Amino acid sequence: MSAGMKKPRAAVTADTERRLNMIEAINEALDIMLARDPDVIVMGEDVGYFGGVFRCTAGLQEKHGKTRVFDTPISECGIIGVAVGMGAYGLRPVPEIQFADYIYPGLDQLISEAARLRYRSACDYIAPLTVRSPFGGGIFGGQTHSQSPEAIFTHVSGIKTVIPSTPYDAKGLLIAAIEDNDPVIFFEPKRIYNGPFSGYYDKPVEPWKRHPDSVVPEGYYRIPLGKARIVREGEAMTVLAYGTMVHVAEAVCIAKGIDAEILDLRTLIPLDIEAIEASVRKTGRCMIVHEATRTSGFGAELSALVTERCFYHLEAPVERVTGFDTPYPHSLEWAYFPGPVRIGEAIDKLLKD
Amino acid sequence: MADRPEKPARGGHNKPALALHVPEPKFRPGDAADFSHLEIPPAGKLARPDEASHPSQIGDFTYGLIRVLGDDNKAHGAWDPKLDPDTLRAMLGHMALVRAFDERMFRGQRQGKTSFYMKCTGEEATSVAAAMALASDDMVFPSYRQQGILIVRGYPIVDMINQIYSNKADKLKGRQLPIMYSSREHSFFSISGNLATQCPQAVGWAMASAIKGDTRIAATWLGEGSTAEGDFHSACTFATVYNAPVVLNVINNQWAISSFSGFAGAERTTFAARALGYGMAGLRVDGNDALAVYAAMQWAANRARANAGPTLIEHFTYRAEGHSTSDDPSGYRSAQEREEWPLGDPIMRLKRHLIAIGEWDLERQAAMDLECAERVKAATKEAEKNGILGHGMHHPFHTMFEDVFEELPWHLEEQAAQAIRERKIKWPGSLEE
Repeated sequence: MSAGMKKPRAAVTADTERRLNMIEAINEALDIMLARDPDVIVMGEDVGYFGGVFRCTAGLQEKHGKTRVFDTPISECGIIGVAVGMGAYGLRPVPEIQFADYIYPGLDQLISEAARLRYRSACDYIAPLTVRSPFGGGIFGGQTHSQSPEAIFTHVSGIKTVIPSTPYDAKGLLIAAIEDNDPVIFFEPKRIYNGPFSGYYDKPVEPWKRHPDSVVPEGYYRIPLGKARIVREGEAMTVLAYGTMVHVAEAVCIAKGIDAEILDLRTLIPLDIEAIEASVRKTGRCMIVHEATRTSGFGAELSALVTERCFYHLEAPVERVTGFDTPYPHSLEWAYFPGPVRIGEAIDKLLKD
Repeated sequence: MADRPEKPARGGHNKPALALHVPEPKFRPGDAADFSHLEIPPAGKLARPDEASHPSQIGDFTYGLIRVLGDDNKAHGAWDPKLDPDTLRAMLGHMALVRAFDERMFRGQRQGKTSFYMKCTGEEATSVAAAMALASDDMVFPSYRQQGILIVRGYPIVDMINQIYSNKADKLKGRQLPIMYSSREHSFFSISGNLATQCPQAVGWAMASAIKGDTRIAATWLGEGSTAEGDFHSACTFATVYNAPVVLNVINNQWAISSFSGFAGAERTTFAARALGYGMAGLRVDGNDALAVYAAMQWAANRARANAGPTLIEHFTYRAEGHSTSDDPSGYRSAQEREEWPLGDPIMRLKRHLIAIGEWDLERQAAMDLECAERVKAATKEAEKNGILGHGMHHPFHTMFEDVFEELPWHLEEQAAQAIRERKIKWPGSLEE
């Protein structure tokens, strides 16, 4: 194997720079868009006066008023349904679904309505909503507060799926999602709301302030949807990941001294296929990491794409590292989670000859 | 244990066995239909409450039946909207055109010109009279049997037929099942085949209108069968929580394909009474009485416009024909039902009213019917120039991939290229790219 040492990351910037965690970055993106665009509406369970169970909407109702930021009944079908109607009126609603696990009652409104409206009406009506929802595990949330249902949405034509992995990206991607004229599912990896996660769950939690991507500029900026981010360049293998698993995969590669090229996909649909092809053609090896269940997960799509498009550049079969095909367990969370051991095994297999 | 019943011993206990009730309609094929069990109050009996009334004060209206046109063909009581003769004639004309259109399109489907059609025979008043009581820029979120709204709003019938034929002039690019119209220009929302999804959307549109301090209200229509969907109940909750300026119309036409209204709860209460639990105003109206429908919608629209809240209207009517061209009601209901239906036919009733007040006669009626048939026939011929379904005159292949997103992503571009490659193999004579 030809695994070299990792390339040094950008040095941690000076303490004088403004640092935010992911919650603060998301809050700031919402605040900016509420101020910039009078058609932006933020709504959801507990998002108003209280500011959201994860505090992402804290202070927004007080600042922007009760008809711009408000609580809703506990009805995901209703939340998404009224958001579609608001979009038809000309508003740009940003509904929050309190946990991704709760999104299922709203699926018909998302899949049959929001995702299909532009097409079925031949552009008479659009559904420019951005559905924010905390997703993923690692917080002892049990099976109803831990799931990663992104593949449901990537399988549906007409909807975009965005998953940030840093505060900087969260702000820029959320602004881009809100400005986008198509419906966007914006999944926020709640395990890394307060700090990046190495996957070594028994180690103390790292706050965002020591991470270079917690430097978040003030004011408006956007990160285009459909562009992956090269987290670090490398030669030995390509890692395709998003959300929490970007950090876990990176930590394992560092710990094992692997010269991996890590791509944070950032958006699953539209997918940055050019970045994926360029990296895999360069390294010849590819590992896909996601927390969601394995069978028919987005990793299966990525594996198929890499195999179809880069087969003659591959030196080993594509590896998938995923959650198991069980409901997300509570007490056995760290047995379920695709952490350093599972990722380490996949790396060894990928690089063994 | 004393605090809970003992588990009954198999076969030997003395407690009554539990029994599941599965609703059954009163009449099946071959049965004589007799609707004498229905309570039909005389026209003009009900008072017309103030439009700002608190829902708890007008709860009785959810169990009554607002009727204006009496057996004497005259308009009666406080709900008479007192429309001028020109408006009444226009209402009759719209309903007649809808019926003529339905007849022709049904035949077109049988002749193989399209895949599917849905008539609204017997229910014309519930969309025509209701739409006439709204402002033309009030936003409507219809279900699939409200073609009358488009007729009232002047949508060209040739465009309706182009949509039904899915031809190259179809404004929806041949993407939707026939009759799933959409027209932003006519404040008519895109129709979904998934039932009741339009209800929370209508509420959301109305909420947006209120957020913006607009003056336009929203209205939606759904069948009594789909009131069982969660979307309807979410819509009622949001409508009342936010006091949204919206009107929810339940078209109780007794049948949801082959399931009678009992499967949506009609054996226990009225559909209008669903409003009571939400604290919403509810009205129950004779849906075959165009004047009563107009008056009820006008009341609800005025209420919404005055920020007095949403209204649920149950239109009590009868689906005189099959659910769609794919349905044959002789397999599940008595053929006599249509004739025995005690509320009559909405077009016939309005016609007789106009004659009774000296504003119409049979000669004019015959001329109007002929004109409607001719208009539809001419529009059909015009639309057929743009093609009928399955005869190749559709939108270009590439349009299949457009509008999935605002911009075409790489994977759809690749799939579009494949579809066009396949086309050259499947239909080598085709000139189209």
